[in-house]
Amino acid sequence: MLPEIGHFSLILALNLCVLLSVFPFIGSVKGDVVLMSLARPLTVGVFVFVALAYVSLTAAFATDDFSVLYVAEHSNTLLPERYKLTAVWGGHEGSFLLWIFMLSGWMLAVAHFSRSVPLDFLARVLSILGMLSVGYLLFLLATSNPFDRVVPLAPADGADLNSALQDFGFIVHPPTLYMGYVGFSVVFAFAMAALLSGRLDSAWARWCRPWANVAWAILTLGLCLGSWWAYYELGWGGWWAWDPVENPPLITWLLGTALVHSLAVSEKRGAFKSWTVMLSILAFAGSLLGTFITRSGLLTSIHAFASDPERGIFILGILVLSIGGGLLLYAVRSPLLKGGVGFELSSREMFLLTNNVLLVVAAASVLLGTLFPMIFQALTGKLISIGPPYFNAIFIPLMIPLIFFMAVGPLSMWKSTSVRSMVTRLGRVAMISLVLGIGLPLVITLEFDFWSIAGVGFALWISLSMISDFGNKIRKKSNIVEGVRGLSLSYYGMQLAHIGVAVMVAGISLTSSYSIEKSVLLQSGESTDLGEFNFEIGAARSVSGKNFSGQEVSINVSKDDIFLTELLPQRRVYFASGTPSTEMAIDAGFLRDLFVTLGEQKENGAWSMTLYVKPFVRWIWLGALFMVFGGLVSAADKRYRYLQESVDKNKKSLATYSSGKTADVGV
Amino acid sequence: MNFYKIWLRNISVFFLICSSFVSFAVVAQVDTFQFDKAENQERFRNLSNELRCPMCQNTSLSGSSGGVAEDLRREIYLMIKEGQTDREIKDFMFERYGDFIFYKPRLTVGTIFLWVGPAFFLLIGGCVGFSVFRSAQSLTLKNKTLTDSDQNKIESLLTREEQNLKIKGKTS
Repeated sequence: MLPEIGHFSLILALNLCVLLSVFPFIGSVKGDVVLMSLARPLTVGVFVFVALAYVSLTAAFATDDFSVLYVAEHSNTLLPERYKLTAVWGGHEGSFLLWIFMLSGWMLAVAHFSRSVPLDFLARVLSILGMLSVGYLLFLLATSNPFDRVVPLAPADGADLNSALQDFGFIVHPPTLYMGYVGFSVVFAFAMAALLSGRLDSAWARWCRPWANVAWAILTLGLCLGSWWAYYELGWGGWWAWDPVENPPLITWLLGTALVHSLAVSEKRGAFKSWTVMLSILAFAGSLLGTFITRSGLLTSIHAFASDPERGIFILGILVLSIGGGLLLYAVRSPLLKGGVGFELSSREMFLLTNNVLLVVAAASVLLGTLFPMIFQALTGKLISIGPPYFNAIFIPLMIPLIFFMAVGPLSMWKSTSVRSMVTRLGRVAMISLVLGIGLPLVITLEFDFWSIAGVGFALWISLSMISDFGNKIRKKSNIVEGVRGLSLSYYGMQLAHIGVAVMVAGISLTSSYSIEKSVLLQSGESTDLGEFNFEIGAARSVSGKNFSGQEVSINVSKDDIFLTELLPQRRVYFASGTPSTEMAIDAGFLRDLFVTLGEQKENGAWSMTLYVKPFVRWIWLGALFMVFGGLVSAADKRYRYLQESVDKNKKSLATYSSGKTADVGV
Repeated sequence: MNFYKIWLRNISVFFLICSSFVSFAVVAQVDTFQFDKAENQERFRNLSNELRCPMCQNTSLSGSSGGVAEDLRREIYLMIKEGQTDREIKDFMFERYGDFIFYKPRLTVGTIFLWVGPAFFLLIGGCVGFSVFRSAQSLTLKNKTLTDSDQNKIESLLTREEQNLKIKGKTS
């Protein structure tokens, strides 16, 4: 019964979405307040029914209802509870339902938090989000219904959730990534509404910015969790594989990063408007590409869902309609946008423009590398692989100038900034970064290594310039407390995010330069050295969980004969699938990770294993977390809230800006 | 008839499930080849990272536990031991598996676009950036420098003011 309720709720949600995409839109064109004010209640309705569908599917998993095909494919009676509740997004259908659920959640948030936005504008935004939802819901209901039943011959037990997914990372990574992805749909809807209404000014940028910042922050978190999960779960000692399915989120992230910066210029200076709108479309396209590329069967990857061609066609339709529609609207309306402010070669606008160009070029290059094998095969019939060596060779040279300008931009002035003042302000920072960048790695390791020097140098370059700018700003005020209070939250957010990049750059370069690894075959009682650490193999014992059994080897790690930690890598076999898998043992540390991957046990009882020492690898994710907080903090800036309060006071005057009618009708 | 349909569906479910196993058969592999020189160990690691497992979804030889990957790793190990160079090993792999085996594609007429592409993007980006800058700069210049007629106006105003002052000075 419950699955049918879920199915029915989806159909109801689809109907409400159709209403949402038609009536408030007509209302906004005609200036009809009643039709426009339908947008909020309809959005609430869509959210309620999508949520109901989502809860029904979760309930089917929780109660082991294997008559539902999707549950039978992705769950098992032995599956631990926490994975039963999250196995909803373990396959194509359910994860797409999660996508729609996230979108309806964002829509609800827009309806709730955008009271400062004029009603006709809000009606357009929600209406456009409604149109997107219509496409998604149709796709789900027509090609991928998660509520399909297998009756009357329901299987006695399910096939189990893929064992590689049974992990904490699976619980947190997909929802976060999707939430970030879907956030860019909101920014897209704001951009489309602006094009339609012709209202693309600083106020628009101000409405849009907190949404873009939050979406960007959550996407950053999603990527960070994904990278961390891959690191500890797949156990190949890496944290980024340039996999065709990892790349679209990165492309979206790069475009989103460009968008966040471009929006800053649009808000503060009223410039780059047309460019900002273009970036909103591109970031949205990236997010769609990201979710659909896994579902189309176009790419082979460890992430890919099982696919069928019918879906591919539908997906193509959604992509062409939404992105093509967006671009068409842009082509028709953007010539009307006049972004008329001047700036000079040495100005903050120019530095941000450079940042945007580099980020977009990087995104385009990663996209080229991701899609090239497919195009190549279609044209020549030959298979080709493109992997990390190519991407690193293309990506890193583009990031170096970006990092250079990252220190320069925030210190520069809008419109025009004198080169001499920049040189005096950054000269000392450059000297210190150069000396310490070369000196620190050289003194500590006594070896010359180009990438660690570059990494440390650039990390110092960014962070010292941020600190010096902070110091300068505070010194202008009479005392420190006042200085610290006087700076806006969005400034602190920028500081945090940029320092996050510095931390990440240091982490990436140091872990790439100084990681060591060694594969060994050792029996119990034997030991081996790796770097300054000694690994001693202890006894093996059996372990078992609710749905697996396996073996665990104890490894004592010591340094200079002082015991450090015991590592317990495992090899597991899951009952339902019979697939073997390894569980890495990691001793995580601020300065280094120790990491063991267990291989097979040989005939003589010896275990094969790979040992890793990975210095500073945690800094990569630490840096990403700084960026996440940076994005959230700047979205909480009071100038976005202030607008809302002032509107509550003078609701009428603002709400009637274009229709000329009183639009003072809330929900 | 209905049973047939259900049977068909169950079979297809079975294949779906099987295929999802294939796509996740990424279990970190562990090798214990011993090399006499550290330099050779390094070469082995680089080669098995740069070469793709031909039977896997998307992993390098070093990242796959599949049988083929294991065989190829052994092959590389033996070839290094025999004293063959990286180039010889790569040529051997190419003869067997074609371009698919290389994660860093070789430079050919077809793959040249991979390297030209990003440079081309940078060129376009640079041009767009430059044009944005030029139009903005013309705005600043417009605000800063005055047109001839403006200049004339100012001069005439100034001279008039001067004359006024002169007249005032005379009368007082």
